[in-house]
Amino acid sequence: MTAYEAHFRVWRGDVEGGGLKDFHVEVNEGEVVLDIVHRIQATQAPDLAVRWNCKAGKCGSCSAEINGRPRLLCMTRMSVFGRDETITITPLRAFPVVRDLVTDVSFNYEKAREVPAFVPPEGLGPGEYRMWQEDVGRPQEFRKCIECFLCQDTCHVVRDFEENKQAFAGPRFLMRVAELDMHPLDAAGEAGIDRKRTAQEEHGLGYCNITKCCTEVCPEGIKITDNALIPLKERAVDRKYDPLVWLGNKIRRRPS
Amino acid sequence: MATGTDPQARTTSGPDPAAHGVHAPSRAAVPARHLRTDRWWLAPAATAAGLFAFVVYSTWRAFSGADYYAEPYVSPFYSPCVAQNCVPMKGGANWEIFGAWWGLSPALLILIFPLGFRLTCYYYRKAYYRGFWASPPACAVPEPRAKYTGETRFPLILQNLHRYFFYFAVIVAGILTYDTVLGFRDESGRWGHMGLGTLVLLINIVLIWAYTLSCHSCRHIVGGRLKHFSRHPVRYRLWGWVSSLNARHMALAWASLVSVALADFYVYLVASGAFDDPRFF
Ligand code: SF4
Ligand code: SF4
Ligand code: FES
Ligand code: FES
Repeated sequence: MTAYEAHFRVWRGDVEGGGLKDFHVEVNEGEVVLDIVHRIQATQAPDLAVRWNCKAGKCGSCSAEINGRPRLLCMTRMSVFGRDETITITPLRAFPVVRDLVTDVSFNYEKAREVPAFVPPEGLGPGEYRMWQEDVGRPQEFRKCIECFLCQDTCHVVRDFEENKQAFAGPRFLMRVAELDMHPLDAAGEAGIDRKRTAQEEHGLGYCNITKCCTEVCPEGIKITDNALIPLKERAVDRKYDPLVWLGNKIRRRPS
Repeated sequence: MATGTDPQARTTSGPDPAAHGVHAPSRAAVPARHLRTDRWWLAPAATAAGLFAFVVYSTWRAFSGADYYAEPYVSPFYSPCVAQNCVPMKGGANWEIFGAWWGLSPALLILIFPLGFRLTCYYYRKAYYRGFWASPPACAVPEPRAKYTGETRFPLILQNLHRYFFYFAVIVAGILTYDTVLGFRDESGRWGHMGLGTLVLLINIVLIWAYTLSCHSCRHIVGGRLKHFSRHPVRYRLWGWVSSLNARHMALAWASLVSVALADFYVYLVASGAFDDPRFF
């Protein structure tokens, strides 16, 4: 494959306004979209703002939207586009824009803080935690998260309805609730925190209509909906809508 | 905004009340509602078309109240048959719970259960929310409505009852299994025979069971609800099996939907005399 010239449209502006600007830029074999953004920066628009760090799909900094789809700039190969295709890049469209491709993702940090942290089990000191692989297998999948917030950006609950941001934690942080609720040593229950109930009552689990866009965009391939959100919904049902489970728990107080 | 994440609302013009979602004042000003260039509408359109076709077909068959029994086969739409006006089925699941006052098709009495099961199914919810409600039509394509509350209030909060429909679905699958066993008879009720219809019912019941057992509620009930798999090795094993089926839940949902319609159609063809069931032995 030889070098060719591609047509890019990159959103430039800030919270006061902005628009898509055209760039014609060289593309070489094996490059990713972030390479092209860097080339635009180096040759045509030195003040183009873009956030990135690892260029290896591991830091979660370079989230943006390419041809309308939320993706990592550094993990999107140029080879997936036709040579004469116009490639449009915008910042994440669910969060406030700072400048050019950079958005203010602090919504996500607020939501992270609203989830009560891991509660250490009583009587176990540092270094004394023992867990079985079968017990940590489920939470481990969720630990692959690189916090790129592409799922948060895509989720229609907040993307299309700004007002829902208050009530809804978003897939990434509902997954965090699920992770802790499945954690074999989390002692939230003993501390009076009911993660199953609060998932629905405080973190807005009911807003999710399991349409799986978070799963579709996750660059880590985490099955967010199937393995975190739906199991969490079922756990909330245990607490709130299933008299049989409630009765069973009353009769036989055996830890599960 | 109350989350405090939106500090820089545009100062030049007051907030436009019509501007919401991706056009909210703090977000990057992109006039297009979405910029997707792929054929994102294809999947929801195909889903809607598929579901619509099934609804049309099953409505016709459920209301017709005829041609659903051709010994030894019974259509899965009409089993169990619980009204007095059912065609008598030899040895079949046919109980007179509803007396002569029930004048409509007996299928209507029983189809509520599979219908409720599929309507509240996590996969079908995704399918019809996207295909019929455009909520959302596709990822990063905006919803065409001004307000959204998801499954937080009536009626959609009732989706939480899915597991009860799962319990009924297990019973219905059990009855259809019995019907399939009865299919190993010949036209006069002698055992040890098989025809093309037996095979049709057999394939259908395997798919029905695979779909039913791959249910997310089933996955939760057999083991997903546990915190410590290490203390419940048997349930952990079961959970593993159900999980691998569950990963194919969408495919099984469609396969079993098609197979149930085909099984019904086969019985219809035989019962109405349009086709003669080939006997293998
Ligand atoms: S599955 Fe739920 S959390 Fe994920 S994008 Fe859809 S609505 Fe949002
Ligand atoms: S769950 Fe996936 S999409 Fe969401 S923040 Fe983590 S890595 Fe990104
Ligand atoms: S630069 Fe780190 S994920 Fe793209
Ligand atoms: S049948 Fe689909 S999730 Fe239960």
